[in-house]
Amino acid sequence: MKISSREIKKAGLKTWENFKRVIPAILSIFILVSFLKVVVPKEFYAKIFSGIPILDALIGAILGSISAGNPLTSYVMGGEILDQGVALVAVVAFLLSWVTVGIIQLPAESLILGKKFALVRNLVSFVSAIVIAILVVLTLSII
Amino acid sequence: MKNQIKKIISGNFTFFLIVLIGSLVVYFINPTLVGEVFSVFFSLLRKITPILLFVFALIFAFNLFIKPKVVAKYLGNEKGFTGWLVSIAGGIISMGAIYMWYPLLADLREKGMKDSLIVAFLYNRSIKIPLLPFLVHYFGLVFTITVTVYMILFSIINGILVDKIINTNKKI
Repeated sequence: MKISSREIKKAGLKTWENFKRVIPAILSIFILVSFLKVVVPKEFYAKIFSGIPILDALIGAILGSISAGNPLTSYVMGGEILDQGVALVAVVAFLLSWVTVGIIQLPAESLILGKKFALVRNLVSFVSAIVIAILVVLTLSII
Repeated sequence: MKNQIKKIISGNFTFFLIVLIGSLVVYFINPTLVGEVFSVFFSLLRKITPILLFVFALIFAFNLFIKPKVVAKYLGNEKGFTGWLVSIAGGIISMGAIYMWYPLLADLREKGMKDSLIVAFLYNRSIKIPLLPFLVHYFGLVFTITVTVYMILFSIINGILVDKIINTNKKI
């Protein structure tokens, strides 16, 4: 398979555009997460999250659904809040709903693929984020 | 499409500027706190930079070798088990903003692609191979594999479910 220099340049430009889009977001999240790490005591998270898996997953899924941006940002946030002591089930639901539920994209999806399709798809994705989060934690506890 | 990307870039940059200005304001009130915050920030940055570079190298390789036109050619043309397989694989390897894919999927639906396969494609877009090293770094390999397998499995379940709900409502 021969690749022309034009194709390499095109792929490089596309990656550069992606880089420009992601880096400011990641740096911002790093600064905010650093503030959280220094200012907010770890016990605070225990107060937000109940310790009841399904409820924690629900809170995580709601937070993930209303957030938007590159999945990289959600991995950083998820990883850091897990480090702060937030339950894994909540973090997984947060990560999954961030990438599978698109509240921000909903108007565009409704317009092009149909309102009913977009609403049902996002609702089903939201519920499955909670179900998968619980299944992942159960699976990891068995492995 | 280009306007959409420009909007996101400028939005992200504005957000970054707001965070920087906010940090500067806090610095004038409590310099020790901001010093501590930025020490945590730089240690995070040191930890992440090598993985980030690796991730962008993978994104470059994907941009170079995977062409949206090739993915689109196979999507919607297959039915049954192969249809599921193509939708799942297509979703995983597809790159670019999700907005780019909506018109194409609408077009493929008119040509006979089932809603269930569109759902599977969109769900699997969440699995991004170039980003997996990041997930492995934060959560470990076993976690990454477990989540990925469940996501692929649920893309099929969700596809069937959404198709059933939409068509049941159509019948009523």
